[in-house]
Amino acid sequence: MNRAELRAVFLEELRRIAPEIEEAELKSDRLLREQVDLDSMDWLNFLVALHERLRIDIPEADYARLATLDQALDYLGGKLGEPPNVASPP
Amino acid sequence: MPSLGADMVEGKLVEWRIKPGDTVKRGDIVAVVETPKAAVDVESWQDGMVQELLTKPGETVPVGAVMAVLLAPGEAPREVVRKKISPAARKRAAELGVDAERIAGTGPDGAVTVEDIEKVGKAAPAPAVDRAAEMRKAIAAAMSRSKREIPHYYLSHSVSLARAAAWLEAENARRALPERLLMAALFIKATALAGKEFPEMNGHYREGAFQPSAAVHVGVAISLRQGGLIAPAIHDAEKLALTDLMKALTDLVKRARAGSLRSSEMSDPTITVTNLGEGGVDAVFGVIYPPQVALVGFGAPREGRVVASVSGDHRVSDGYRGALFLAAIERLLQAPEKL
Repeated sequence: MNRAELRAVFLEELRRIAPEIEEAELKSDRLLREQVDLDSMDWLNFLVALHERLRIDIPEADYARLATLDQALDYLGGKLGEPPNVASPP
Repeated sequence: MPSLGADMVEGKLVEWRIKPGDTVKRGDIVAVVETPKAAVDVESWQDGMVQELLTKPGETVPVGAVMAVLLAPGEAPREVVRKKISPAARKRAAELGVDAERIAGTGPDGAVTVEDIEKVGKAAPAPAVDRAAEMRKAIAAAMSRSKREIPHYYLSHSVSLARAAAWLEAENARRALPERLLMAALFIKATALAGKEFPEMNGHYREGAFQPSAAVHVGVAISLRQGGLIAPAIHDAEKLALTDLMKALTDLVKRARAGSLRSSEMSDPTITVTNLGEGGVDAVFGVIYPPQVALVGFGAPREGRVVASVSGDHRVSDGYRGALFLAAIERLLQAPEKL
């Protein structure tokens, strides 16, 4: 899965929790939970959804590494074996 | 039409899940009713067989109105007494789109007259439903009633969370993601156990008297993404292991936000917990949700402590007992492994 595909999956799961979000308004370097207004229950449900969809574990100690959209994609890409912040060639 | 909270005066039948001749058991979902706050799955509160459905989908009826006739197990079908409605009144009712069966008649022997129909027909409102406005109105009604009728007192207590946080961190480190716990589950469990110890904080005040509850059904304040809030119950929270309580909480939040709650969850809470720490506030002093007599609040955990508060009903308890109740919550949170 390349970064664009990972981003699509990420946003699809995020939209299940927060259907009102507009992708164009999401700033990739701003705190995600603040931008999307996710409380701890929403956040846990979102991580469970990513865990089930991507079949990766996210220890609680790592939650801070998913603070922004960019950081989260780096972290998840790393878990999936993708190099960080590099889009796959078309 | 059941009362699904202090703020409800009427409800709209969305659909029946039963039909005449069906056998129903206590707890079966029999209908879906829309209130100003949510669509709610209404459960039957007794066993029986459906004889007749009186309310039609789309109709709005007041709390307490008879919506269906159930026969008790073994009971013979009863003759349904029909209202007396003159043919002219029936015709006028059809013209105005009024259900003549539901109107109290003023004619001889309670017969419904043309005048009765026209009075209701003229008064019948047909406003477009503004969900957010309806929800705000319902919250305002319940909270105004609370502030009018309940002499509140408020207490707060700074509670050490060091042990609970350390235990939670270790516990979650060994749990798979879907099994992990939130601090909110510990708050709810500690409140439920304290409620069991202090019966005067757990129950309903109705018709001038307090009725303590043997079970602790904790109402959990859940904010809705579209605005407003709702506080349905986790039943028998004092008996649930933390893992089960967390599952119940997850399920409740999901269904509250999807608009799929059950009538018993709306009408049964015996005490409410509100956790506003997510918003960063230090403490919350909430308004009691009648007919309950206490509401417990938690602020944002800071430097290993959290401010727990209680809003209590002076008709039932005093500040001294409220203080002991908060101290019990603190004590319970110091032994999280026992929750």
